[in-house]
Amino acid sequence: MSDTYNIDAGEEAEIPETLTLPLDAWHRARGGRMVEFAGYWMPVQYEGIMGEHLWTRENAGLFDVSHMGQLVVSSEDEDQQDAVTALEALMPADLSILKVGRQRYSLLLNETGGIIDDLMITRWPGGFFLIVNGATKWDDIGYLREFLPDDITLTHRDEFALLALQGPRAAEALASFGIAPAQPQIVPVDQLSFMQAGPYVWNGVELHISRSGYTGEDGYEIAVPAESAEALAEMLCTHEAVKPIGLGARDSLRMEAGLPLYGHDLNEEIDPISAGLSFAISKRRRAEGGFPGADRILTGLSQGTETVRVGLKLSGRQAAREGAEVYSGEDKVGVLTSGGFAPSLGCPIAMADVPAALGAPGTELFIDVRGKKLSATVAAMPFVPHRYFRKGAAK
Amino acid sequence: MTRYFTKDHEWISVDGDVATVGITDFAQNALGDITFVEVPEAGKAVSKGDTAAVVDSVKAASDVYAPVSGEVIEGNAALEEAPELVNTSPESEGWLWRMSVSDAGELADLMDEAAYAAYIAEL
Repeated sequence: MSDTYNIDAGEEAEIPETLTLPLDAWHRARGGRMVEFAGYWMPVQYEGIMGEHLWTRENAGLFDVSHMGQLVVSSEDEDQQDAVTALEALMPADLSILKVGRQRYSLLLNETGGIIDDLMITRWPGGFFLIVNGATKWDDIGYLREFLPDDITLTHRDEFALLALQGPRAAEALASFGIAPAQPQIVPVDQLSFMQAGPYVWNGVELHISRSGYTGEDGYEIAVPAESAEALAEMLCTHEAVKPIGLGARDSLRMEAGLPLYGHDLNEEIDPISAGLSFAISKRRRAEGGFPGADRILTGLSQGTETVRVGLKLSGRQAAREGAEVYSGEDKVGVLTSGGFAPSLGCPIAMADVPAALGAPGTELFIDVRGKKLSATVAAMPFVPHRYFRKGAAK
Repeated sequence: MTRYFTKDHEWISVDGDVATVGITDFAQNALGDITFVEVPEAGKAVSKGDTAAVVDSVKAASDVYAPVSGEVIEGNAALEEAPELVNTSPESEGWLWRMSVSDAGELADLMDEAAYAAYIAEL
């Protein structure tokens, strides 16, 4: 017996040895099965991917995502207008209207409109806080240093760990530990709205908390000083709804939520429109352009793209994985960019790039797995509905 | 009935010239939650080392090799509806296929239970 397809490890040729993260010993003590990912040792699972996945959908899962890059971009001027201008030259978000404490999903783009990385950006009073992918953070830092003007400051907050608490009971759990707003205008953690963020204090420790995540569930991402990460993780897991969850379930959760994974569903060849990320091109930027690859991206928006990223539901129980070829009848039309078993649905799902004409939900396709043609149907994403918390919205 | 083990973590229980094959508890634990098992059809001729079955877990798809040469008598039909039997009962109800053994001499290359236990202790 042998593994023929493994959980994908990050490709980090520049980093000679596998590094450890602040919670390394904590994961091992809790029985985490450690694998190399994005150049770090990380837990792929504790008790089992299926159970951890379902636990997160029903309760709350604690994920260590400290491999991700935490960056701050700031300028000398008080209103950060210079930082806005500099960042808007590299990404298609409208940062001029982003208020302090609000978060957006955005993209670093290359000159041809390909995606260098996807990221979360939050406006702080004194700059912009970016969370970028672990496997790409060193390249991102190099890219930003090269293309940001000299009067813009880039800080890598590598002394912070990052935890994600995700699931329908995440708010109840996080609110139970006396984490206090650091400033009078900041709301308690359970009153934060989806994509809202702020500074908090817990036992004298500074936390930065946003209501966001990568599972499709309500939840939070918490930046914590590395030396306090273990105490925070330990405390969160004392809540009866919270269990630590590994990378394996993180991947199946994000797939069910229809969320792309950089390096797999997104890369420097794929533009945001083909990738189904039109929402990341802000209204003003659509009108004005002025970001890398704007010609190709705006043409794609108005005229459509040759290929589209689609979701696929497979019939039967056999999963198909990244790289498997997709067929329409006898014709090869694309490859899977992600794929695996969806624990909440009880069937395999996948994502693929296919010609736009084959992108409509209900389209019947085939996936070649070891010479066997599995039938699959194009399905609307997310596969599992998002359950984000929007304050003021009907629940 | 005698049980042998391979370095690739298959077990084979031999009764005369008929054998039952599965994966070990060590193997199922390494694979994690099993979601699908493809077992060989009756009548399929397999040579020692051929891929005879595929076990799909949430993590990965893994080949299962024939520990010896022979002909498949039946695949475990119960696994179609309940692939998790390979997790819960890998060395009993979660068997993968039964086969004839064409050359009992091939069994000499395999490990007995004590040798396998020592082998996995080193991994």
